[in-house]
Amino acid sequence: MTNAALTKKKRYTQSLWVTVCSLFTAITVGTLLFLFYWIVVGGAEVISWSFITQMPEQNMTAGGIWPALVGTVYVSLLTIAISVPLGIGAAIYLNEYAKQGRLVRLIRLSIRNLSGVPSIVYGLFGLGLFAATFGFGRSLIAAALTLAIMVLPWVITGAEEALKAVPRSFREGGLALGATRWQMIRQLVLPSAIPGMATGSILGLARAAGETAPIILTGAAYYLPIIPHDIKEQFMALPYHLYILATQHSETATVRPIAYGTALVLILLVILLNSVAIFIRNYYRRKNEWL
Amino acid sequence: MGIKEVEPVQINVKEQFEARVSESVRDVFQVEELSLWYGTNQALNSISFSVKEKQVTAIIGPSGCGKSTFLKTLNRMVELNTNVQTRGSIIYQDVDVFDPKVNLVELRSAIGMVFQKPNPFAKSIFDNVAFGPKIHGVRNKKKLKEVVELCLKRVGLWDEVKDRLNDSALSLSGGQQQRLCIARCLAVEPEVILMDEPTSALDPISSAKVENLIEELKELYSIVVVTHNMQQAARISDHTAFFLHGELVEYDRTDRIFSNPQDQRTKDYVTGRFG
Repeated sequence: MTNAALTKKKRYTQSLWVTVCSLFTAITVGTLLFLFYWIVVGGAEVISWSFITQMPEQNMTAGGIWPALVGTVYVSLLTIAISVPLGIGAAIYLNEYAKQGRLVRLIRLSIRNLSGVPSIVYGLFGLGLFAATFGFGRSLIAAALTLAIMVLPWVITGAEEALKAVPRSFREGGLALGATRWQMIRQLVLPSAIPGMATGSILGLARAAGETAPIILTGAAYYLPIIPHDIKEQFMALPYHLYILATQHSETATVRPIAYGTALVLILLVILLNSVAIFIRNYYRRKNEWL
Repeated sequence: MGIKEVEPVQINVKEQFEARVSESVRDVFQVEELSLWYGTNQALNSISFSVKEKQVTAIIGPSGCGKSTFLKTLNRMVELNTNVQTRGSIIYQDVDVFDPKVNLVELRSAIGMVFQKPNPFAKSIFDNVAFGPKIHGVRNKKKLKEVVELCLKRVGLWDEVKDRLNDSALSLSGGQQQRLCIARCLAVEPEVILMDEPTSALDPISSAKVENLIEELKELYSIVVVTHNMQQAARISDHTAFFLHGELVEYDRTDRIFSNPQDQRTKDYVTGRFG
């Protein structure tokens, strides 16, 4: 084959693969946009201020989704409040204090594997441990603890990656000045690691807010038109509410617009939560821009 | 005729030098039979010599000869590597630094360190210098300001940065960063300063500034400096130790190491035959 022909063939292969990759990207983005479009079109006709802020009425065929929205926000915030300190603490221990060896490798492997466990398994685990054994019953706290354990692998892994990215020279510089290990971590390592840690927590938060199986088992109520005032009460949640309206309700056709509205609110809520977290991450990243 | 006139002057300088050396004979470190292994890899083999107080001691040798390892052993920073084992002793202030009772925080506060690559923290210029005093308990703002100003003045950086103390330390040039790191080290009020090839990442002008600084600092501190650069060792140090393959080949006054080395390997190295 001549050189020119070879070049031509290479160019052909190149453009073929560029086309294939673009096509796959288009399919992925297209599906997402289509889904989003469908939900927006379906939900737009019911969504309004009163839809968001009213209690469900007449066996959920009318009214709004306020308790489900509040329930989801509560359970997500509780989940993050529990999992972030635990996860960051564990990551600091594993990365900064633990003697790196076979045991730590085994612990890391277990953590990575835990992120692959199906959520229904976490649900049953939470039901058995938190609801039954700890006596929390089916409640906000039992659900939040269950979700917290479920998102913990994300938080730990994200935090560990963030810690690993902090230059060794910071640690050396700090220790050489006579800083204790904790002073070094607290004042030199953590400030640089916060943006990365926020990313891990974002992934956890997004998953916790949309998860259904664990909360059905550990605390979400089918229909409970009050706002929970205590962490030991049951609560309504958007994903479960959506599941009921779409499949379990006696008049699924009547409540279909409400189901669309619920889906739209859930998606917007997740986007909002993520945006806040991303804003925090970017804020710290800007503050640390000199890295 | 000219030569005959010059000679007595040279002898005179040498006498003065020797007089100065004998004035401060106190040893700041007494290293005895020090050996060190990374895992099964021996990096230092039975090193023995004494580092003199308030003088500059240069450690020279080719890459991989153990000079940086030796330096990091003096303040036990070497233990940040995994699987480090040592034998022998380093006596500092009448105590073996390997004694289990030694408090590493105190040891490293007394023995400051400057690294090869300038490593300012991702903080402001002020906070970099104030970091040491702060972690050692200084809270008073006025006192911190005084310390920061004093240390920055001592390294000749004050006039360059006094109007932008709150800027990021990473906005400084490489040479300024290295002087900042020296200021940061001084702020902890150490007795000894260890420098690991402090100018190897700097341009010639910045290097010259750091060298001049080292000359000034030895009035107040004992300095141990690892260097690749033999001219630098000859210029700034009072004593020189030549390391090769983890062993101390020769240790003597710098002028003797460069003019009249006793060991053939030292001679080959300082005359540029290898390395």
